[in-house]
Amino acid sequence: MMTSTMLSTLHAVWGQSSGETLVFPTQGSDFAPAIDWLFYAITAISAFFFAIIVGVMVYFVLRYRRRPGHDAQPSASHNTPLEIAWSVLPGFILLAIFAAGFLIFLDLRRVPEGAYEIKVTARKWSWAFEYPNGLVMEDLHVPADRPVRLLMSSMDVIHSLFVPAFRVKQDLVPGRYTEMWFRATGAGTHRLYCAEYCGQKHSTMVANVVVHEPADFEQWLRIETDKTNNLPPAELGALLYKRQGCAQCHAIDDNVQGKAGPSFAKTFGTQQRLTNGESVTIEENYLRRSILEPLAQIRAGFQPVMPTYQGRLRDNEIDALIAYIKSLNPEATPKE
Amino acid sequence: MSESHLSTATAHVHGHGEEDYLSCSSGWKSWAFTLDHKRIGVMYLVAILASFLAGGIMALLIRLELLLPGKFFLSEDQYNHMFTLHGAIMTFLFLIPSIPAALGNFMVPVMLGVKDVAFPRMNLASFYLWIGGAIFFLAAVILGGLDTGWTFYTPYSTTTNTSVITASLGVFILGFSSIFTGLNFLVTINMMRPAGMTWFRMPLFLWSLYATSIIQILATPVIGITGLLLIAERALGIGIFDPARGGDPVLFQHFFWFYSHPAVYIMILPAMGIISEMVSTFSRKPIFGYRFIAYSSIAIALLGFLVWGHHMFVSGQSPLAAMMFSALTFSVSIPSAIKVFNWLSTMYKGSVSLETPMCYTLSFIFLFGIGGLTGLFLGALATDVHLHDTYFVVAHFHYVMMGGTLIAFLGGLHYWWPKMFGKMYNENLARIACLIIFVGFNATFFPQFILGSRGMPRRYAKYDPEFQIFHQFSTFGALLLGAGLFLSAGVLLHSLLRGRRAPANPWGGSTLEWKCSSPPPHHNFDWPPVVTEPYHYDHIQYDPKEGGYVEVEEVAPDPDDAPLPVKH
Repeated sequence: MMTSTMLSTLHAVWGQSSGETLVFPTQGSDFAPAIDWLFYAITAISAFFFAIIVGVMVYFVLRYRRRPGHDAQPSASHNTPLEIAWSVLPGFILLAIFAAGFLIFLDLRRVPEGAYEIKVTARKWSWAFEYPNGLVMEDLHVPADRPVRLLMSSMDVIHSLFVPAFRVKQDLVPGRYTEMWFRATGAGTHRLYCAEYCGQKHSTMVANVVVHEPADFEQWLRIETDKTNNLPPAELGALLYKRQGCAQCHAIDDNVQGKAGPSFAKTFGTQQRLTNGESVTIEENYLRRSILEPLAQIRAGFQPVMPTYQGRLRDNEIDALIAYIKSLNPEATPKE
Repeated sequence: MSESHLSTATAHVHGHGEEDYLSCSSGWKSWAFTLDHKRIGVMYLVAILASFLAGGIMALLIRLELLLPGKFFLSEDQYNHMFTLHGAIMTFLFLIPSIPAALGNFMVPVMLGVKDVAFPRMNLASFYLWIGGAIFFLAAVILGGLDTGWTFYTPYSTTTNTSVITASLGVFILGFSSIFTGLNFLVTINMMRPAGMTWFRMPLFLWSLYATSIIQILATPVIGITGLLLIAERALGIGIFDPARGGDPVLFQHFFWFYSHPAVYIMILPAMGIISEMVSTFSRKPIFGYRFIAYSSIAIALLGFLVWGHHMFVSGQSPLAAMMFSALTFSVSIPSAIKVFNWLSTMYKGSVSLETPMCYTLSFIFLFGIGGLTGLFLGALATDVHLHDTYFVVAHFHYVMMGGTLIAFLGGLHYWWPKMFGKMYNENLARIACLIIFVGFNATFFPQFILGSRGMPRRYAKYDPEFQIFHQFSTFGALLLGAGLFLSAGVLLHSLLRGRRAPANPWGGSTLEWKCSSPPPHHNFDWPPVVTEPYHYDHIQYDPKEGGYVEVEEVAPDPDDAPLPVKH
């Protein structure tokens, strides 16, 4: 296992086939070439000056090292023209770097007309990507070669959407909308990270970006939408469990390692203690309330961290989730 | 030079016949209630080194956990607490007070030729405020820890159930400690310069501390107020930052960085001051471009207030604000570059000796060069969007804060150690430690630049396996770095027990602190010294009998060296 990890890492480091380099992941959007170009240009300028600084330093140390028969020789203690020159001249290079950075940045901020719009909601610790027809997915699916605008907000704390392959990043701030856009180049799958620290499971707030060929995207959207319309409740619940981000915090088996909330397995119908000392039967009303007002009745041993799904789920979807949780406890006795 | 010259020269050392500050009184009260800036400096030194040890052990635990992409031995919560405390301790308890409060406290009055700082009681109060702040930090750890990151960003910090209020009070108290030090130095340097020491004859370390003090006094109140507002929101439910209560979470970031960006210069300016001293002493050359270095310290202090928005390019601030902050950010890089060019020019035609402090000086120029140049990637808007909140940023600020401030602090510690404690350390072992630190540092942090540009976000307890090889490299580097730091600590501690007695002037320094004995007497100077231009070395010659340098005044008919009439 170790060897295969090493091999895949080495492949990741040196693999040139997907357009990635040692320092950058694949170029997945048409911002990437410009930003990488600027990065390499700054690297070249920096390397040039760094080589001069270190070169001069090493040369002076060797040339003027203290040794018998060598003492400091008198030389000017200042040289105003020289000092003004090395104060002012780098300024022009800095101005050029600033201007290049600003111009590319303006492109990043200027959303083209007619961009395909996807609504993004972030919450601890998952993403919800909502399509114009109401479909919600846990991964971001976008068409290639078409500008996509993300209209983003957060339900709790500040998050930040970061797709390294696209070279884009934007914070999601509760109480307001922020936006970003990109045009993906070519089908493929990339990683999407939360870049702003958001608490316990920040490092698992990771999703995939799936770029579809333009022709395939509509078809994909139709198939996924049909699923939600045609499935029986428990199966729809299983689908929503993934798509709505429940899976980030709730296990569906006994393996609760790294999960912030209680497992759904063998839960329905049981008696459970709450943080306030009372106990409650896990039944339909408790589940519905927990989805809509998650902080009202918290099971003992868990933190009050779940965001509300009020307004995010339709009634039939809540029913489906309850049916799914019910189905995860075959021994559940019907409510009396 | 003849024997008689040397004997006249040694007689000029102040403090012969008076007991030194370490042995002039004893008992714990003579330390706990001392008003002597030197003892306060030593207490500060012990305290900040203890903080550095704690923060450093946390850093090693963080690096060890990151050997594996999944969980190794820290849970996610433990990891989050660990990086928060590492950052908070290193910033507030170590880096900010490190050079001013420990080395500066000891050296400012001695370099001015006076007996103490302007307000000795306030100086002691500053130390006890530091202790108070540290106790609050410790209490925060005991009362459930802290998991907000050292930046305390809202609304996470208003909703987490960890000890945000306790830690914010700690920051508030530490802020006062910092203000007291700054105020003291400002008044001391303004009012107590000796006869002949005009502004432009001041050692550059004092210039840098003067600039630092301006920032400490003007910026620190903002973090204090921000902390109080955060406490008010958490404890009283007043909506300032929380959007659910009508507040604005991004406002917190503006307040926070309005202090914390200038705070970066509180950390780096004194470091640059130390480098200016050392590069001149160990090259036996007057510092090149004194005025440009002095003015650049002030320029950095002032421009540093105008660039805080560069921490927020992707926070949702307007493109216009982003453009202004980016442009201003580039302007602040020029004064730093001036200093680097001037340090290099100082070595030109000098007599460069590679004693330990000079090894740290060369390390500093190398590491700070990388730290400064990688700032260009983050100041440019388009590249910052990609690199923001990744390991690239982590690497960048460690090159500046650690490669800059810590390395200069270590250099300064080795430079002034013989003066502070009267003992010489083992030169070769100290140089080897410096080399190990240099190699370990680069091995730790250079791979993090690549991690960042490849897209590895910071503050991740778990990560995708493709990043593992860089993380492993970085962790092994950190272990090497830790070994180097322990070695240098061992070398210094060993010198206290077994070290050779230090002469008054072991390196041939020209500033006033080298004119009193090592360690300095309780009152520093027997009579107020008269000062001429600093950084002249012709009359300071090595004396094998003394084991150090002595002044040979007869050797200097150079008009520059003659005492000039006192001007004010």
